[in-house]
Amino acid sequence: MTSILNPLASPLLQGHAMTVQSPDDSSRASVISTAPTSAPSPAEPKIKARGVKVFYGEKQALFDVDLDVPGKSVTAFIGPSGCGKSTFLRCINRMNDTIPSARVEGSIQIDGADVNAKSVDPVVLRSRVGMVFQKPNPFPKTIFENVAYGPRIHGLATGKAELEAIVESSLKKAGLWNEVADRLHQPGTGLSGGQQQRLVIARAIAVSPEVILMDEPCSALDPIATAKIEELIDELRSQFCIVIVTHSMAQAARVSQRTAFFHLGKLVESGPTEEMFTNPRDSRTQDYITGRFG
Amino acid sequence: MLTWLSLLVLALFSGAAFVAGRRRATTAAAGRPRVLHSLPDYYGTYVALWAGVPAALLLLLGVMAGGRVEDAILQSARPAAVQALGPDRQAVFYSDVRAIAAAQSPSEVTYEGELKVALDAKVAEAKRIETVVNTAMLAGAGVLALAGFLLAFPRINPDFRARNRVEGWTSSLLIACSVAAVLTTLGIVLSLVWESWRFFQSVSPLSFLFGTEWSPQIAMRADQVASSGAFGAVPLFAGTFLIMLIAMLVAAPVGLYSAIYLSEYASRPVRGVVKPLLEVLAGVPTVVYGFFAALTVGPLFRAGFNAIGAALPPGPMATYLMEVQNQMALVAGVVMGIMLIPFVSSLSDDIINAVPQSLRDGSYAMGATKSETVKKVVLPAALPGIMAAMLLAISRAVGETMIVTMAAGLQAKLTANPLDTVTTVTVQIVTLLTGDQEFDSPKTLSAFGLGLTLFVVTLCLNIIALRIVQKYREQYD
Repeated sequence: MTSILNPLASPLLQGHAMTVQSPDDSSRASVISTAPTSAPSPAEPKIKARGVKVFYGEKQALFDVDLDVPGKSVTAFIGPSGCGKSTFLRCINRMNDTIPSARVEGSIQIDGADVNAKSVDPVVLRSRVGMVFQKPNPFPKTIFENVAYGPRIHGLATGKAELEAIVESSLKKAGLWNEVADRLHQPGTGLSGGQQQRLVIARAIAVSPEVILMDEPCSALDPIATAKIEELIDELRSQFCIVIVTHSMAQAARVSQRTAFFHLGKLVESGPTEEMFTNPRDSRTQDYITGRFG
Repeated sequence: MLTWLSLLVLALFSGAAFVAGRRRATTAAAGRPRVLHSLPDYYGTYVALWAGVPAALLLLLGVMAGGRVEDAILQSARPAAVQALGPDRQAVFYSDVRAIAAAQSPSEVTYEGELKVALDAKVAEAKRIETVVNTAMLAGAGVLALAGFLLAFPRINPDFRARNRVEGWTSSLLIACSVAAVLTTLGIVLSLVWESWRFFQSVSPLSFLFGTEWSPQIAMRADQVASSGAFGAVPLFAGTFLIMLIAMLVAAPVGLYSAIYLSEYASRPVRGVVKPLLEVLAGVPTVVYGFFAALTVGPLFRAGFNAIGAALPPGPMATYLMEVQNQMALVAGVVMGIMLIPFVSSLSDDIINAVPQSLRDGSYAMGATKSETVKKVVLPAALPGIMAAMLLAISRAVGETMIVTMAAGLQAKLTANPLDTVTTVTVQIVTLLTGDQEFDSPKTLSAFGLGLTLFVVTLCLNIIALRIVQKYREQYD
């Protein structure tokens, strides 16, 4: 049923998708499929998760997460270590596929199309949903080649000039251009930690994704580099849907418009950041943001 | 025999010293073990080491040098009759003296008159000297053992830092072992250099390194001058590199691709089965590969090429193929390549696994497929390490002996034709040195020249490889 929402799905794959779906899932999906017409919300959420469960082998890491993430804004996931916020983040671009023991149930839709549908190619999905990791991971290549990596493998540039233009605009958007313009052909691994993190953000931007997922992007950086990244995130939100996992509640308060609080694999509460920090509905949220645990 | 018995006695004495030292410590502690600086066993060990080790070292020295000392004393005074003999005969005379004294069978030389008298006198003298030397050695060992015990035992008291002292003994033992290993290597290299130097006195290094004709057998014939043998090593090195090249053409792609499969694609259960199987291949003795090459692959290839030759229209090519022999560079190279596959794949596998997972994640998150990630991120990152693995494989291929001895042939031909029979440096060393050989003709000495050159080549390869690996390690730290 969900695959009907996906304009790319071929009829053949559709049938395949339906046969593997459990009755439970398909009924849920049918409810959602009516949502776009009947939903009262003024703006349709970019990412819509319903009943997401994740298992690592026998162990369940995430329990029935329902969450809406709006487009062109920053949503922060907060919560103590091991609460499942990174696990949920990795569901959105199906990075959990690379872990053999991981199993994902439930539906996550981006613009109404289920990312877990059989018809969706994770490789294509990940070009639409970029990701920035905790530790800067530039490839052992030059700065230019790092940014050009995505455009090259997806064939986004037809010529050298176009590729150079993409690299330049991506580096500019990531606020790194002025610092590296004169050394584009030196190794990306030679940059400082904060520069490396902005380099991988530029790398992610270069394929023009719709969503950028950031998994604790500042946890390995010093306060000044962190401030720069936060500034960058604030600038990028006018163009991208950004989801950021963070341990720092101050950071969540500074950069995000909406916040979701995870605890022990469950989504406890989500809402506008200001509301969450001033007037949390759940006592666990209050305890966490006031520093009583976590 | 006597030495072994004395070593046993020494071990017992040392054991008794251990018990005594331990008891002294526990007695001093008087039931409160916490007052002791170290555990009681350390006190025992300390006394036992002092009682045992110096004496044992003296006994070992006696075993190694005792015979020489005896000889030196024996030969210090030479009777006139013996002095009249030539140096060779003198050596035989003294070796007979030693043999008779030790009740072993002497040479077949018969001694008469004055010589017989001198022989008997020397035999008696040899027996006497042996007794004296042995007694002195045993007495010395006994004194050392006792002195060691008397030195260590009174030191035992609760404040004595036996634990730290034993630590010192341990580190000396470790140092001694590593020094022994280094000295042995140094000795091997020096003897190689020394013998090569002797060789290069009769054959000029230039004609050895750049000569294109190799026929050392000529030099064996007595009626010819030694230097008229041809000692040009170029055909040997050409053969070695031809076979190495063929081997690497087999081992490099197969080994590398299987490493990529194992580390990137194989599921855990598959990896658990395939990797040990590959390692079994690494455990096959090279001599087994050798007869596999000589008895299976060689005839198979020969039959194949002969059949192709028979199928071709008559001509020089067809005639050539029909005359191909079992022994050819191709067979030795292919089998050596098979031998190197597990070596290359296991090294490359380690190197590919050392590439941080975060780089792969980064690439996947950009929407790259598995093979794109391998090709564009993992392999470039692992390239220096893989190059080093290849160089190590090459240095193994160059030094490999058994397979080529059995499958490559003996004719030193300067050829690049893989169907031809070639010979390698290692094969020549084996043929030059097997059997009864005198170590003073250029023929046998040339083996050392070859060995030294080969050693320098593989040493350079290994040094380059290790340098690259080192540089590569720093990259991710």
